[in-house]
Formats: sequence, structure tokens, C-alpha cells
Amino acid sequence: MLTILFDGVAYGMLLFVLAVGLAVTMGLMNFINLAHGAFAMAGGYLTVVLMQRMDVAFLWCLPLAFLFSASLGALLERTLYRPMYAKPHLDQVLFSIGLTFMAVAGTDYFLGSTQQIIQLPDWLRGRTEIGSGDWILGMGHYRLFIIGVCAALTVALQYALAKTRFGSRLRASVDDQRVAAGLGIHVNRVFLTTFAVGSGLAGLGGALGAEVLGLDPSFPLKFMIYFLIVVAVGGTSSITGPLLAALLLGIADVAGKYYIPKLGAFIVYSLMILILVWRPQGLFVRVGAK
Amino acid sequence: MSGRALDALRGLSRIRPWEPLLWLLAFAAPAALPSHALMINEIAVFALFAISLDLILGFTGIVSLGHAAFFGMGAYAAALFAKWVLPDPLSGLLFAMAVCSVLGAVCSLSILRGTDLTRLMVTLGVALILLELANQMSWLTGGADGLQGVVMAPLLGRFEFGLSGMTAAYYSLCVTLTLFVVLRRLVYSPFGATLMAVRDNRLRAMAIGIPVSARLASVYTIAAVVAGAAGALLAQTTGFASLDVFDFHRSADVMLLLVIGGTGWLYGGVVGAVVFKIMHALLSAVTPQYWTFWIGLFLVVLVMTGRERLIRPWTWWRRSRP
Repeated sequence: MLTILFDGVAYGMLLFVLAVGLAVTMGLMNFINLAHGAFAMAGGYLTVVLMQRMDVAFLWCLPLAFLFSASLGALLERTLYRPMYAKPHLDQVLFSIGLTFMAVAGTDYFLGSTQQIIQLPDWLRGRTEIGSGDWILGMGHYRLFIIGVCAALTVALQYALAKTRFGSRLRASVDDQRVAAGLGIHVNRVFLTTFAVGSGLAGLGGALGAEVLGLDPSFPLKFMIYFLIVVAVGGTSSITGPLLAALLLGIADVAGKYYIPKLGAFIVYSLMILILVWRPQGLFVRVGAK
Repeated sequence: MSGRALDALRGLSRIRPWEPLLWLLAFAAPAALPSHALMINEIAVFALFAISLDLILGFTGIVSLGHAAFFGMGAYAAALFAKWVLPDPLSGLLFAMAVCSVLGAVCSLSILRGTDLTRLMVTLGVALILLELANQMSWLTGGADGLQGVVMAPLLGRFEFGLSGMTAAYYSLCVTLTLFVVLRRLVYSPFGATLMAVRDNRLRAMAIGIPVSARLASVYTIAAVVAGAAGALLAQTTGFASLDVFDFHRSADVMLLLVIGGTGWLYGGVVGAVVFKIMHALLSAVTPQYWTFWIGLFLVVLVMTGRERLIRPWTWWRRSRP
């Protein structure tokens, strides 16, 4: 019972790190990016390649995955994404589906279609149990590690958004792009940085989650819906919304798969539709935001 | 209404000289290329499916990523009807359309509010739920193995569905043409004009007294019925229904082929289905495993250069207006 809750929280935190970049870019540029999972996959595959072929330690792979996906994101933002912002949503959807298809087929071609396995270092493999009976709490060390990293990232993100100058520029651009530009904020540069950081976080999440979520070339399509659920249910105006939505989704998914394995996915999707019919703008929306 | 405005409105719906020609060509195709009758059948089915998407995407502006929900529902409804109730194709088709009208009416409640993102999610979610249901209810649908053993009775009691696919091709072409004529009449009626008003500016449409929610709900239901008919045609002519009909790829493909042909003029679906099927056949002959890469690249290039240009070759060498 508690173990499931714990696993759900770990899963939810992971989803949050994967999806938070999507939430911010979607709120910022009103851009529907279905290719977000491709950046996560890039980070995951970089880790696999580095660990298997070059024997890089797992902990070193995480920042490298972040940097790799971030630079990939920055490059694509500058070349391909920027002209898309002004286009209608249909064009954005088509464009990002096209990118996803290319990423899936390209990965398949270069790295094969089998599921990739990451060899965790020894100190992350154990499991600690507290309590007994019904209330036993079994914590896999790796999941504990995930929760720790993601919590630290969340705090850092919240701090950066709320307290730093860049954060206030970002919030100003989200609220009203034109007025922000009028005040002398380089909105384009804010976009670029945000997109790169968001993609980098996705890459980091992909590297962290390769062991938990499984990594194969269809990753971007399989998890696209999960990222979108986090964003659509959580709303795009803050990062607490997506965080709560991700935790809710993680716990519901793990619990659903454990208690009623036959209907697990069914419950998650039905809940999402009900929530969106009830509150089309997402569960946690600031009043007065656009 | 003044005479000139009325004439202009009527001019839109006038039948162009090339339209009957196109359909004559389509009907001559199976006879001229008997070895490709099965492919022509598939093209007709996908054209109908794309036309139904055009009704909500091109004419009403609802972005849907889950249109395969209705396609798959129609396919399973027709296949199950043929297996358990009556093998007659026409009553199966009507049954599938009736089922999809109910499903479409229920689902239309979910797309009335919210942003494009909300609609994307809800439509995608419905398709995924149906996929999951079809997968779990394997006692009824055969689960991941697909629904097998569907045997159709001869069409109208006379024409057998043979291996050559000739009957199948003509059956699909006739149904597609019939529904196309109905939809063509519909979109150029005052009802269709209100749809386009809703697409262009929902607020103003509401202000001049168009019941926006009712219009959205009814057009979504109609599109669901037509998509269901397309799914039923596929299941009946192939004698098989599998989970693949609900797949995300279906919804993405139909959107792609509609975009190839151009949205908002009904023939986009027809043109797109022909181009897409030929492209698919050629590409998968070259790279059977990686053809999605080329489809993806095509999509990206298409959007980068502007999808309006593809169907208007005379604008290719002109500079784009900012």
C-alpha cells in the first residue's frame, strides 16, 4: 500500500521532470509540441550509448544527457521551431508529429529496435524496507534517488522562476508577450533559453527514466500522451499545476496497474477526459491568466 | 437577399465540369486496372475517412487527433454485426453508422469547450480508451489477434465479394460517392455556411445568433457517422477487423492525407487518399521498415514551406507573402 504510493510518487516526479519543459514552452509560446518525447529519448539513448560503449559512469551521464538534449533543443528551436510559432495549431501538430516520426524511425535505423537496458551502479540497486504488515514501505534505492533528484530540480526551478531576474522575465513573457517585448525584454532569447532548458530537463528525465519506463524507439509516441496529460490537466500557468498533475497521474497509474491491471490505462484516460470536460483549462489555473 | 449576392453564393456550390469527370474516372479505374482493384478499394475507403475529417477540421476548425475512434468503432460494429446478426453488407453498414452516430453524439459533448490542446487530448483519449476496450474485451473482439471469421453475404444478394476485389471496389466507390454528394450538399447549404462562420470567428458567429454549441455537436456527429461508414467499408471488404483500426497512426495518417490534398474543399480527402496510397506503396517498396521517416520528413517540409502551396503548383516559384 505505502510501497505503491511511494512508487507512484517516484513515477510522478519522473513524469514531472519529463513534462515540465513542455508545460513551460506551451504556456510561453502557445505551441503544441508533440515532439517533446523525442528530446527525452535523445537523453536516454545518449546515456545508453555512453555507458555501454565508452564506460562512462552513470552519474556523469546525467548532466551529459541534460547538455546534449539542451543543445539539440536550442539548435532545433533556432532553425525549425521558431518559424512555427505564428502558424495555426494544425500546422504545429503536423510539424511536431513529423519530427516524432523521424526521430522514431531514425533511432530504429541507427540503434536498433530492441529495448535498451541500463546497468545501474551497485549502490543504487538495493531496497530498504521500513515497518511491517499492511503498512510496509519498501523503497527501491533507485526510486529514492529519482525522488531526490527530481525534488531538488523542482525546488531549483521554483526558485529560478520566482526569485531570479530571468524568472521574472519569463513570467512576464508568458503573461503578455507583446508588452514584455515593449519593456525591452528579449522575448526571443527568453524563448530560446527556456526551450533549451526544457529539452535538457526532458533529456535528463529520459536518462533517469530509462530503467523505470523502458527505452525503445517508440518511446516518444508511447509517452506523448502522458506528457500531454500532465500539461493539459495541470495547466500551463505555473509549475505547481503540472507537478500536482504529474504526481496524481503517477500514483493513479501505478495503483491502477497494481490493483486492476486489466483496466489500468483505461482509468487514466477516462479520468483525464472527465477532468478536461469538467475544467477544460486544466485543474490548476490562475484566475485572470490568459 | 439581392440577386448578385445570391448568385455568388450559388456559384460556390455549382458543379464544376471536372467533377463528374473525376468520378467517371474513379468508376472506370477498377475496370481499367483489375489487378489494382483492392488498392482502389482502399483509396475509396481512405478518401471517405479523410472527407469526414475535413468536415470537422477544414470546415469547422476542430483539431482532432483521435478520429480513428469512429473509424475503428464502425469497423468493429460492422464486423460484429456480420458475424453474429446478419451477413448482409448494406444493413451492416447502416448498423455501423447508427452506432457511430450515438458515439459521436456522446463524444461531441467533450469537444465543445476548451482550447485546441484540450480538444486534442480529449479526442486522443477517446481513441485510446476504445483501443484499450477492444483489447480487453477479447471474448467479443478477439483482442490482439483481431476479429476473424467475418463472412459477408453477396451484395444486394447478387454480387459476391471475390478475391479479385472488384465487387469491393465498386461497393466502396458507390458508398463514397453517395455520402460525398450528401456532404457536398450539406457544406454548401446555410448550415454549412454557419459552420464556416464558427470556424472563422466563434465569438462573432455567436453574436449574430448562430447556436455554436449545437452546430459543433451536430457536425461532429455527422463526421463520426461518415468515419464509421468508412471503417465499416474497410471491415466488410477485407472481412477482418483488428486493433490497428484504433491506432494513433490511423488518426495521424488521415490528417496527413487530408493535409496533402488541402483542407476545406472536400476533394482534399480524395486527392490526398490517392497521393498518399501511391506514396505509401512506392516508399514501402523502397524501405519497408523506415518509411515513417520519409513520411515525417515530408510533413516537416510540407509545413515549413506552407501547406497551402502543395496543391497549388503555380505558386511554387512565387515569393511567399509575409
